[in-house]
This record gives sequence, structure tokens and C-alpha cells, in this order.
Amino acid sequence: MTNEEIKDFIDNAIGENRVMLFLKGTPQQPACGFSARTAGTLNALDVKYAALDVLPDPRIREELTSLSGWPTIPQLFVDGELIGGADIVAEMYETGELAEKLGAEQPAEPEAAVAQTTPERKAPPMQLENRLD
Amino acid sequence: MPSPSELKERIETALPGSTAQVDDLTGGGDHFRAEVVSDRFAGLSRIEQHRLVYDVFGDDVGGPIHALSIKTSTPPGGAT
Repeated sequence: MTNEEIKDFIDNAIGENRVMLFLKGTPQQPACGFSARTAGTLNALDVKYAALDVLPDPRIREELTSLSGWPTIPQLFVDGELIGGADIVAEMYETGELAEKLGAEQPAEPEAAVAQTTPERKAPPMQLENRLD
Repeated sequence: MPSPSELKERIETALPGSTAQVDDLTGGGDHFRAEVVSDRFAGLSRIEQHRLVYDVFGDDVGGPIHALSIKTSTPPGGAT
């Protein structure tokens, strides 16, 4: 796969999925605490989202960062726009802004809701097939 | 290996008037958390605020600095 094809794939993923998460690992098996927290937040809000693991090919992260101008993973996009990384997502979740943006219901106890979200408890979110192998 | 005090100095130099508190989250010299207070953040979105801090370190984030957790705010009472 060429770099151009990877870039196009990322472009399409952001364009075609209203809520698109790029992370390390998968929502079921995140490979990094920051990715785990962000996926857990989306699960706690019970929103559907597409996810792409950046780890299988280092070029995924390179192309994503050059496209978004954001240096770290995870990266959450909503309606084609970068919302931020783990810190911003956590802040927006705590204030209720994220629930509002996603049209989701804010849990009564936001922190507990994230903590309770384990892969076993939740139906898996919609996932993009990783076609970058 | 970057140290919290080095990161603090780089932030405060690059963003004059800012104050930064930087902690090494793991003690390993590669996962940091920075709390930055600057009146430069006034009127900026969170994304823009965090970008200002990331931009201080350029390619070091993702390189020697594996992770940089950021919290930004403006000084209490607004810009002075």
C-alpha cells in the first residue's frame, strides 16, 4: 500500500464516519491507557463510532498526523472535524459538551460510567475493518 | 532524556508570561503531564490551546516525549 493510498483511506474514514476514532489497539483491546480512556468514554456515552488501529503500520500515524496537525494518539473526529486527543475528550465529557455534540445522554455519574465500561459489558462498537495490512 | 524541569522551561520560554507545572507521570522520563496557564489561551478553542503547547516541542512529541498530557487554562481574573 502506498502512502497516498493510506492517506486516502484515512480521509475516507473521517469523511464517511460521523464519529471516527483513531487509537492504539482496538476499542476491545486498547494498547495504551490514553486510547483506552477515550474509547471507554465513547462507550459510556453509548454512541456508535468507527475505530482504526494505527499500530499495524507506522505510516498510518504519520499520515494521520500530517493531515490533522495533531501529534499524539488517540484522535477523535466528529463530522469530519478533529475534536482532540484523550485530554480534550475527557474534559468535554466531564462538562457534558461531548454528550451534547454527539447527541448522547450524559451518564448521571460520568466517571463511574467510563470505569464500568469494559469490553465484556458492552456490545462492541461498530468497527472499520482494518484494510491497511 | 527530557526532564519535567526542561519541559517546564521550554514551555515558559516559548509562551512568554505563561506558567507551567510539569510532572513525569511514570518516572520514566517519557510520559509527562503539563498544566499550563497563559493569557495567550484566551479566546482560543481547546484544540488551539493544546496545539500551542504541542508546538513548543515539535517532533519531540511522539519521539523522546512519548506522551504529553495537557491541561490548559487562562489566569484567574483574565488577562492582565
